[in-house]
Amino acid sequence: MSTVQVVFTLNGAAVSLDLDPAERLLDTLRYRLGLTGTKEGCGEGECGACTVYLDGLPVNSCLVPTYQVRGARVESVEAIAAERLGPFLAQGATQCGACTPGVVMTALWIGAHPELLETHTIRELMAGNLCRCTGYDGIVDAVSTALGHGEPPV
Amino acid sequence: MQRREGLAKLTGRERYVDDLPLENFLWGMTVRSPAPRGRITAVRFGNDVDWSEFVIVDHRDIPGPNEILLIERDQPVLAASHVRHVHEAVLLVAHPSREMARRAAQAVEIVVVPEPAALDFRVAPRPEQIQYAADNVLKQLKIEKGDVERALAHAPVVVEGAYETGAQEHVYLETQGMIAWLEEDVLVVKGSMQCPYYVLNALQHALGRDERRVRVIQAPTGGGFGGKEEYPSTIALHAALLALKARRPVKLVYDRSEDMAATTKRHPALVRHRTGLTEDGRLLAQDIEVILDGGAYVTLSPVVLSRGIIHAAGPYACDHVRIAGRAMFSNAVPFGAFRGFGAPQTLFACERHMDVIARTLRMDPVELRRKNLIRDGQRTATGQVIQDGTDRVAVLERALALSTFEEKRRAHTAFNAAQRSKRRGIGLATFYHGAGFTGGGEVHLNSRLRVAGLPDGRIEVLSANIEMGQGTLTVFTQIAAERLGVTPDDVVIGEPDTARVPNSGPTVASRTTMVVGHLIERAVDDLRTRVGLDDRARGSVVKDAIAHWYAAHPGGRLVGEAVYEPPPGISWDEQRYQGDAYGAFAWAAYVAEVEVDLRTCATRVIDFVAVQEVGKVINPTLARGQVQGGVVQGVGWALMEECKFKDGAMVNNQLTNYLIPTSDDVPPIRVAFVENPYPHGAQGAKGLGELPIDGPAPAILNAVAAATGTEPRAIPLTPERLMDLTR
Amino acid sequence: MKLLLPETVRDALAHMAGRDGVTTPIAGGTDLLVHWPVRLGERDRTYVDLWQLQELKPLRWTADALILGGLTTYWDVIRDRRAGDEFPLLVAAARQVGAIQIQARGTWAGNIVNASPAADGVPALMAYGAVVVLESQRGTEEVPLDGFYTGYKDMRRRPDQLIVAVRIPRRRYSYQTFAKVGSRRAQSIAKVGLAVTQSDDGWRVVAASMAPTIRRCPAIERLLQQGAVLRDSDDLLPAIARDVSPIDDVRSTAEYRRRVMARVLYDELRETCGWR
Ligand SMILES: Cc1cc2nc3c(=O)[nH]c(=O)nc-3n(C[C@@H](O)[C@@H](O)[C@H](O)COP(=O)(O)OP(=O)(O)OC[C@H]3O[C@@H](n4cnc5c(N)ncnc54)[C@H](O)[C@@H]3O)c2cc1C
Ligand code: FES
Ligand code: FES
Repeated sequence: MSTVQVVFTLNGAAVSLDLDPAERLLDTLRYRLGLTGTKEGCGEGECGACTVYLDGLPVNSCLVPTYQVRGARVESVEAIAAERLGPFLAQGATQCGACTPGVVMTALWIGAHPELLETHTIRELMAGNLCRCTGYDGIVDAVSTALGHGEPPV
Repeated sequence: MQRREGLAKLTGRERYVDDLPLENFLWGMTVRSPAPRGRITAVRFGNDVDWSEFVIVDHRDIPGPNEILLIERDQPVLAASHVRHVHEAVLLVAHPSREMARRAAQAVEIVVVPEPAALDFRVAPRPEQIQYAADNVLKQLKIEKGDVERALAHAPVVVEGAYETGAQEHVYLETQGMIAWLEEDVLVVKGSMQCPYYVLNALQHALGRDERRVRVIQAPTGGGFGGKEEYPSTIALHAALLALKARRPVKLVYDRSEDMAATTKRHPALVRHRTGLTEDGRLLAQDIEVILDGGAYVTLSPVVLSRGIIHAAGPYACDHVRIAGRAMFSNAVPFGAFRGFGAPQTLFACERHMDVIARTLRMDPVELRRKNLIRDGQRTATGQVIQDGTDRVAVLERALALSTFEEKRRAHTAFNAAQRSKRRGIGLATFYHGAGFTGGGEVHLNSRLRVAGLPDGRIEVLSANIEMGQGTLTVFTQIAAERLGVTPDDVVIGEPDTARVPNSGPTVASRTTMVVGHLIERAVDDLRTRVGLDDRARGSVVKDAIAHWYAAHPGGRLVGEAVYEPPPGISWDEQRYQGDAYGAFAWAAYVAEVEVDLRTCATRVIDFVAVQEVGKVINPTLARGQVQGGVVQGVGWALMEECKFKDGAMVNNQLTNYLIPTSDDVPPIRVAFVENPYPHGAQGAKGLGELPIDGPAPAILNAVAAATGTEPRAIPLTPERLMDLTR
Repeated sequence: MKLLLPETVRDALAHMAGRDGVTTPIAGGTDLLVHWPVRLGERDRTYVDLWQLQELKPLRWTADALILGGLTTYWDVIRDRRAGDEFPLLVAAARQVGAIQIQARGTWAGNIVNASPAADGVPALMAYGAVVVLESQRGTEEVPLDGFYTGYKDMRRRPDQLIVAVRIPRRRYSYQTFAKVGSRRAQSIAKVGLAVTQSDDGWRVVAASMAPTIRRCPAIERLLQQGAVLRDSDDLLPAIARDVSPIDDVRSTAEYRRRVMARVLYDELRETCGWR
């Protein structure tokens, strides 16, 4: 099997890997780099538990072949400062936690782009992150609170 | 108090089974039956795989009996000569590479000579389809109160109806997963589960090991909803068998498609009602038949049926009630525990039927319920006298007020007259949920819990009850801290590890806070007594006394203990199905407002109010979250979640084809609690976890009925189904 | 999996010219990577990466067209204010493709070549008379999208051809609408999809999930062109029967699809056409 060299920036640090071109970014993060914060909920792009930022946009890492992040900037939940997460704790945005890292990534991205709310609702923007526990109110309330700040997510 | 492990979850630091570091391990894969029923005539291993690289396990590798220990012992760990459902596990393979293991699993062919399968639980089986007892009936139960036939014969009005509910997939966001390894001669199994002791017992039984040579540890669990009550025993056994054979750690984690196809779901049900009433709507007689699809093995169907029939008559007073229930064998993947455990199915039927009755009598459905809601001193179908001081009509009135029910009803009349293609309606359900195990179940469990003092004065709660998102860690901390007057930081919740924690029973049946929480209170009291203090001692006094105890007893271990004791005056007759079915019931009234698009027949819930009396609310944020999550799961079950089966196999086993609600499909869920502390629950709490799944489906369908003038009787009420009704 | 990593479109076309056998271009991966770990058979193919081809990324406006690049994503279009003003159906469709995570990666060209009968991007493009610009070492070919599909997942694209652009002519529209009926509000696959426009060029009615391919509905277009007066949605059923052939599948039924198409179309067009 021939491998491909992949150099990219992960959570602010340079990473260089040789890997199977068929490897998914999700698996690279979890199994190769031990960054298990990013979760697999479906492997089909539906649940958003695997959400990371690719050049600043939220994407499903289960649908990204790792070789495609050559030269790109990737951030995973590990890059998020705990101090940012107060509203999520206060509003009950997490229960079992399996969806949570993905939810946090999308939510903070929305928080950083308040202009999106001129055209979209929070509920529409969060629709790519399935949560089976919270019924979404805790999450939506946390996003509303986080929006007040409009800070960049990482 | 904020969720204890909340920050770990939000930052992604919490480690679930697939996140745990594991060295030098193999990935396990399961090879499954392609057919719903038949004889295995061959297992063929493909040519293009080097099988010497793989660890392979089949039924011959099982050291003990090939049985998954549960109520009955009819389910094999690995099918030997026959298969009874599609996706039944036949063979296991393991390899250091997950991809190689997957390729190998795909390269095995299980050859099955098909036999006639029973695939529709609603119709009587033909002789060649009989596979359980004489009639494929897995379990039959009956509740009788008064003389139903006579009462029906004399009733001025009789209303009949049949109601159906479909299978529902749990869709816990973390799929099933387990790792197993050997530590010397001790087999350790760790993974996603609700009931460590169920898993322990199943391992001991089939592997022929005593408890000193098996140890089960629960890993942080990403949702369960009942789906991780009994199924984990199976996957734990599979991981263990591979690890024992390989003498290396093995990880078995299902992907979503396998999880959806091969694991349990909510029992499909058919419920028939025949109800006698006075002309002004007083219940005279309820004759109810409940049929559940149990699937291919007994698993938990008898107890699901039990809870189902006990709740079937609804929270109403009626002198003559007959409820006949049966769970049927079929060649479907076994149905299993799912939040609500049979009650959502029968309460859907009951509450939908109440609205059908109201319409038949030209009566306001609200009034019909006001008139019949059970009052203190009256008896349920099992003869249990309700005497808890809760004003159930007041719960209803609160829901009506919060939802502005009457105003909305008037507004809808105007809206519907003005709109071409949109219809709005509002609907209601009043219901109840018994907390804890049914009847003598809690006594039978004989739960035991320990609280250990730590040398620095803190305490550690040792229980087998687990956190899966519902808040156990936080609520247990609060209960212990409050009882001792210490801070939450002074309380440690021990990891559920059967080598360390006693069997405080399974984390199911809305029993954790109420029953086990109460054990914590009593164990903490016991601890306090052991350091020579009484119940008035709190805070630093207690901490100091614990620390002193350790100073005075070097090498000693300070432990307080409690064993379950039933509340006084509870009695249950298992033979006649009469008596006190539950120590306590939680009560609720839910209101749904919907908008139906007549062009597409799509229903959207536009407002939802959930009012419940659950005793004392220990943690408002967690309690609200439980209700909101349960309601949204109920919205999914009511409107979109449909398992489509073909020849006994689920064909939409992907999240793109089995749809659960997204954030954009539901409105904010408005939650309110009425508090009436229950003296025998921790801090006055009753069970809460399951109640919220009981009400949404009937409330929503009642709202659709009001909006469209149709009488939908089956869920999920997909647009396709509603179109058939509105044509 | 064999992977080729061209740095320019020229390199990519060279790879695709057949030297390495048949190749599969890979763009945002939102179709190709679904359930990737279990799609073991597809590991044996040769893939040509497009994601790094920056020249294919931007969308451009010319005097008479909006030109989407071969790698332009849904999100690129959603964020383009002019697109929202001039081609609102594109934005409406893009916003209903999956959710933001999919919109950020999924491309219009990928949507076209994936050729799902239930796609959302394709009907919007087709209703605007989009033209697919295909390039290979043998040259450039332009195929109108409404003539691109020849059967289920069959299309007028040779294996050596890449979609390098999608050209959408700028016209004045007197009427335009996009409707997607799924099983839930967000993130669901269309059970019925419709995109309708009226311009100097006449009516275009495009249906998705109603036939083996996304297609225009000539019989309905004729009705509209003739200014037929309809009394209710059932009056559309004969034309629908001529134009499309829906099926029962895991998502819905043929009957439902037909009726919903009639009802939604009727309702959407009612005012414009002066129907009851
Ligand atoms: C969860 C989820 C939800 C979705 N929801 C929707 C939805 O609501 N509506 C909808 O329409 N779609 C939906 N999709 C599919 C949609 O994302 C894709 O069709 C997308 O547009 C494909 O683009 P891509 O760049 O990701 O394609 P890829 O997956 O990279 O490729 C798709 C196909 O196109 C070929 N290809 C790609 N680019 C080119 C090119 N320039 N020239 C030639 N061939 C090319 C590839 O070889 C492949 O055959 C969904 C997908 C997922 C995973
Ligand atoms: S795991 Fe990637 S979207 Fe579900
Ligand atoms: S918290 Fe469990 S799935 Fe969201």
